[in-house]
Amino acid sequence: MMIFRNDYNPSFKPTAEQMQASIKEWQDWMGGIAAQGKFSSTNRLSSEGKTLKPNKVIVDGPYAEIKEIVGGYLVVKAGNLDEALKLAEGCPILNIGGHVEVRTVIPMGV
Amino acid sequence: MCNLDEKELIPQLFKTEYRKIISVLCKLFGMVHIEIAEDITNDTFLLATETWGLKGIPENPTAWLYVVAKNKTKDHLKRHQLFSDKIVAHVKAEHSQSEEIELDLSGKNISDSQLQMIFAICNPVIPAEAQIGLALRILCGFGIDEIAEAFLTNKETINKRLFRAKEKLREAKIKIELPEQHEINRRLETVLTTLYLLFNEGYHSTTQNTHLRKELCLESMRLTYLLTENEATNKPQVNALLALMCFHASRFEARINQRGEVILYEEQDKNLWDQELIQKGNYFLIQSAKGEDLSKYHLEASIAYWHSTKIENPNKWENILQLYNRLLQLEYSPIAALNRTYALFMVSGKEKAIAEALKLDLKENHFYHSLLGHLYTNKDNTKAIFHYEEALRFVKSTHDRSTIKSYVKKLKT
Repeated sequence: MMIFRNDYNPSFKPTAEQMQASIKEWQDWMGGIAAQGKFSSTNRLSSEGKTLKPNKVIVDGPYAEIKEIVGGYLVVKAGNLDEALKLAEGCPILNIGGHVEVRTVIPMGV
Repeated sequence: MCNLDEKELIPQLFKTEYRKIISVLCKLFGMVHIEIAEDITNDTFLLATETWGLKGIPENPTAWLYVVAKNKTKDHLKRHQLFSDKIVAHVKAEHSQSEEIELDLSGKNISDSQLQMIFAICNPVIPAEAQIGLALRILCGFGIDEIAEAFLTNKETINKRLFRAKEKLREAKIKIELPEQHEINRRLETVLTTLYLLFNEGYHSTTQNTHLRKELCLESMRLTYLLTENEATNKPQVNALLALMCFHASRFEARINQRGEVILYEEQDKNLWDQELIQKGNYFLIQSAKGEDLSKYHLEASIAYWHSTKIENPNKWENILQLYNRLLQLEYSPIAALNRTYALFMVSGKEKAIAEALKLDLKENHFYHSLLGHLYTNKDNTKAIFHYEEALRFVKSTHDRSTIKSYVKKLKT
């Protein structure tokens, strides 16, 4: 699984054109992975959210104590970590100061 | 119809009426007695052939067929009392008022029965190939020899396949009915897959019989159209599939030459594209946009839309690329991967497309090597020749082979 992390910047409001260009970049990159038959699933995560702590303490936002947030994830079909890292190359988040965390998914035994 | 003689009329009626009569009969008797339904339907057409040949064509041939089918049903029930008792019990449970069983050949019952038969046949308990075969036999009135030709096999194989499929449907006690509302989308998935396979059987078939290929395409379109006519099955994905079929079918005349060989898209005479079918495709594509669902048929139909428009739009290839990006995320296929790479070339140029193509693991696919041959041409001709020659190792059709050979020849001079 690739986890996309970036600094949280609430003041950044992209224009419609910037949004469009960003969607294209992501779609082209993911399309390339899918064209290799290695795409499994993906989702973006909204910057809105809450965090639940012990004793029913609820704090606003997922970023109360960290300045970095997870913007989304992508599950790929790869034989090993190196192969997945290779697929992560070209990820658009790398162009805007973010990074991709690549992790192995361990299926839950049923 | 009056100026047709019975030699032309009967095959034509067979195509349109066979499925109606057999569907209504199957609905009445239940899938368990599908062979009796087939027998009565076949006997009806046999009698038509004999009688019309001697006495001429009746005034209303369809009505004639229906009367004969009704009488034959009554005769059968009388002659086979035991069977008749069972049927009476079965039918009476549903409509207690009728003493005598009458074959209901009203327009409503015909279209309901046909629709229910589509769901009964396109059932995952039988393999896809058998579903297509049975659909061709029962729903399209195809002869065993025609089905054998379409599948490039012999009659015996088809007979066996259909026999086994009917056995399976009986064993699984498949009912002839519409699925429950909440099940429709899931069941439609199998139905649409089978109808699309049936269409592709005609569109991409290796048989040289152009007439047969066209018939396969038209039949699958007729059945898909039937689904759009009923409120319960008139879903966005059904309209999307029908749009896709219309766009593809619009190029039927342009994409096959007189020898039955496929002409590549770029080399087609666009004036041969059937504008009426393109219009219909546009209509069903708009219909498909209702609702939130986005199926692979939506994406494929949208791609086909871009390929069917003659208007040059600067965003055409960008749109096609994005549609392929999404299609591949929904469902991978080698051909979509290669088409996506071609769209990428049209948008971003050779360098990028080559880099992406080399990541694809399709080294035994002749389209893969043909694409790389095309991309390397005038960039690195040695590599272009290498890939075209690799393509020749895997290509099957003689027409494609000679096309690739001509590219190699051009590169070597």
